[in-house]
Amino acid sequence: MSVADEITVLHEAHYGRLVATLTRVTRSLELAEDVVQDAFAKALTSWQDGDLPDEPVAWLARTARNAAIDRFRHDRLHRERLPELTHMTELESKTETDFTSHPALRDDMLRLIFTCCHPALRIDARLALTLKTICGLNTDEIARAFIVPEQTMAQRIVRAKQKIGLAGIAYRVPDSDELEERLPGVLAVIYLIFNESYLSSRSGSVRGRLADQAIGLGRTLCAVLPVYPEAKALLALMLLQHSRHLARFDETGTIVLLKDQDRTLWDRPRINEGVELINYVFEQGHGVGRYALQAAIASLHCQASTAANTDWAQIALLYAELAKIDPSPVIELNRAVAVGEAHGPEEAIAVLSGISESRAMQRYHLFHSTKAEMLLRLNREPEARTAFEKALSLASSDSEKRFLRERIDTID
Amino acid sequence: MQYLLMIHDTEAQWQTMPEAEAGEIIGRYVALGESLGKAGKMLGGERLQPSHTATSVRVRDGETQLVDGPFAETKEQLGGYYLIEADDLDDAIKIAAQIPAAETGCIEVRPIWVME
Repeated sequence: MSVADEITVLHEAHYGRLVATLTRVTRSLELAEDVVQDAFAKALTSWQDGDLPDEPVAWLARTARNAAIDRFRHDRLHRERLPELTHMTELESKTETDFTSHPALRDDMLRLIFTCCHPALRIDARLALTLKTICGLNTDEIARAFIVPEQTMAQRIVRAKQKIGLAGIAYRVPDSDELEERLPGVLAVIYLIFNESYLSSRSGSVRGRLADQAIGLGRTLCAVLPVYPEAKALLALMLLQHSRHLARFDETGTIVLLKDQDRTLWDRPRINEGVELINYVFEQGHGVGRYALQAAIASLHCQASTAANTDWAQIALLYAELAKIDPSPVIELNRAVAVGEAHGPEEAIAVLSGISESRAMQRYHLFHSTKAEMLLRLNREPEARTAFEKALSLASSDSEKRFLRERIDTID
Repeated sequence: MQYLLMIHDTEAQWQTMPEAEAGEIIGRYVALGESLGKAGKMLGGERLQPSHTATSVRVRDGETQLVDGPFAETKEQLGGYYLIEADDLDDAIKIAAQIPAAETGCIEVRPIWVME
């Protein structure tokens, strides 16, 4: 591994942790980010001859701290914080990643996560800030991932940081009541980041790599909040969904439906980890939430040797449970698919007619394409064609449009 | 930190509200003011006369122009405010959520710009 690669690995694993600790000791998110970035830049030049220090993370922490001390000396406003910074303990400079045995480090991370995901910030700002300060993506990468101009993204991030400072969003660990209340919001931010990449066919692109960032965030959250089952469930869900990403698109970038996917392309280690996690959550039985139910559904798909061997009846039941927590036409739509596989197209159409009045469904291409598939199975070709054409008029991505056109062609 | 909590609500509701209900809501405002006062968080706060009593003042080219009515015609009107001292935004949000109008209208929480 080249020095640059080693630094990339260190960056992925420790950037957020270093920013978290430096933010506590400097009380400035902005400054913490600057000095941690500087430390990584310095590593790139200092280590270029292959001379890595014995403890590279400790080296990065010390370098960032020294840079902060240097800046404080030159800044009258911050000079009062010098003593605390100078006494940054040995533990902090060592930058352990074992959160369970180091509550101070766990608290640093919690503070950073709950500040970046504060509900007083716009949701798009929460996503950007999380990727910038915890994952260490730069503004250009985040802009490309969300397909907005770099300037727009830069302004979004600056605005969010200004609001944190000026509106007094506290950099602190939420108390246990607040934590319960805000955790779903944090999980939602991570899952939204994940979903941004889910439909991206180019896994090597910045957008495609968001899935890895989201999984990394999920792991960190599980490490700092080991007793919350929904955090584990979300991690399981992301691992299981991401396990199929290589099989989800063909070489032309067209979506391959679950039933047609080459299951040998599924990532077994990820599936095993996800299944183990979700089984653990269900065994604990503290009441399962929406992520646990979705992960359970994904685990049934991932464990089926073929599409036909999938436990659709169980999946239909899990969707019914999910609909109780989260009543929504989209969940009913998914339940209709499962019911169609388990009990036949007629019953699926009955489920679909229950949501056909929904305006969101009328505008949703997948509602119409699902209906079309069920009609086709009942040999009701003309109606199926109409439904496919409606779906085509509503689909937005090229790969989906291509897929729908192919389906229409099969009717002719 | 200091925050201004601006209370926006439909003032027309007061005209049709039974007296007992209005009394109960006003009682909640009084109780909130007292508890904020006891906690040392109350810096000021008043109820405003209805928005049709407002006068908007602009000076253009040295000339004072008056408009009868509020700055902007909106569905909800600024009906009052609290100026509070809070630990941080979370603390200010908790206080804002206790204002009765938060349940029917909206409370805008704005940090005070501190002059150095």
